[in-house]
Amino acid sequence: MCNTTSPLVASAELPKSADGDPVFAEPWQAAAFAMTVRLHEQGVFCWSEWAEALSAELHKPERKADGSDYYDCWVAALSHLVANLSITSAPEIEALVRSWQRAAEATPHGKPIVLKNDPLRRE
Amino acid sequence: MSKHHRGHDDGHGHHHHANQFTDMEARVKALETVLTEKGLIDPAAIDAIVETYETKIGPRNGARVVAKTWSDPDFADWLKRDATAAIASLGFTGRQGEHMRAVFNTPDTHNLIVCTLCSCYPWAVLGLPPVWYKAPPYRSRAVIDPRGVLAEFGLELPGAKKIRVWDSTAELRYLVVPERPEGTAGLDEEALAALVTRDSMIGTGLALSPEAAR
Repeated sequence: MCNTTSPLVASAELPKSADGDPVFAEPWQAAAFAMTVRLHEQGVFCWSEWAEALSAELHKPERKADGSDYYDCWVAALSHLVANLSITSAPEIEALVRSWQRAAEATPHGKPIVLKNDPLRRE
Repeated sequence: MSKHHRGHDDGHGHHHHANQFTDMEARVKALETVLTEKGLIDPAAIDAIVETYETKIGPRNGARVVAKTWSDPDFADWLKRDATAAIASLGFTGRQGEHMRAVFNTPDTHNLIVCTLCSCYPWAVLGLPPVWYKAPPYRSRAVIDPRGVLAEFGLELPGAKKIRVWDSTAELRYLVVPERPEGTAGLDEEALAALVTRDSMIGTGLALSPEAAR
């Protein structure tokens, strides 16, 4: 089976368990990590492009001292990278962020949150 | 994550039961949407990667809560009365406003927790939810036919055993305290914690026997 560890596990400052495996505090962090691993596997960007994008976010002066915003930085790095590669744009991402938030609020408890639940979204 | 407040923190009750995404949750969903539309990722591949890493990070926090409950009657009593405070005393706190309730398996009753939404899952205690847990068919079938769903997970319960299904909400999340396995009288909390699987704390499995854990 394909159980090889992604090179992205070597990303700077990545929170890890005692066994060296990545540790996630919340599911969205695992999803962000997995998306980045997948894009890298497919050759959408190379290791040095990723390392540079992540480093730029991790070294911003407004970082939290306790490092609890690590995956915020990770997501910001991924967003900038895919925008720089012209895969998407910052406005497109922002519009989708708001759309997902409206979709979540419009979804009754117990039903899966899907994007088409956004009342302002036109298919 | 404390800066991300949930809807029920607004104090006006308009969103009392509404779903809320934090900014980061929505941002990750937005990226997922756009990358899927461009054909660069597919959700199944992402789930598979999450699963690879997720199996390596056990829900040690919840396992420690259960192990302490098994070995310390005072703590067990506290957990029964006020799970939020008892769990917080061990240093495991979720987001602001997250209330926990512990439901105890007994020889007569088995407990099962359901919820389709990531936001209703106490990951501070249980670790990451399994991918199937979020799948709509799991939730609806678990409510209608819990015995059948459990059988699919390889858990055949005696017909006389009652099954109670608990539906997590944004305000109240559940933790199942599985029954303490036989043959564990001499074990310390650390050894006991190793017997507590994530699935046993959701109710889709039982705690491991000392032999099975080896």
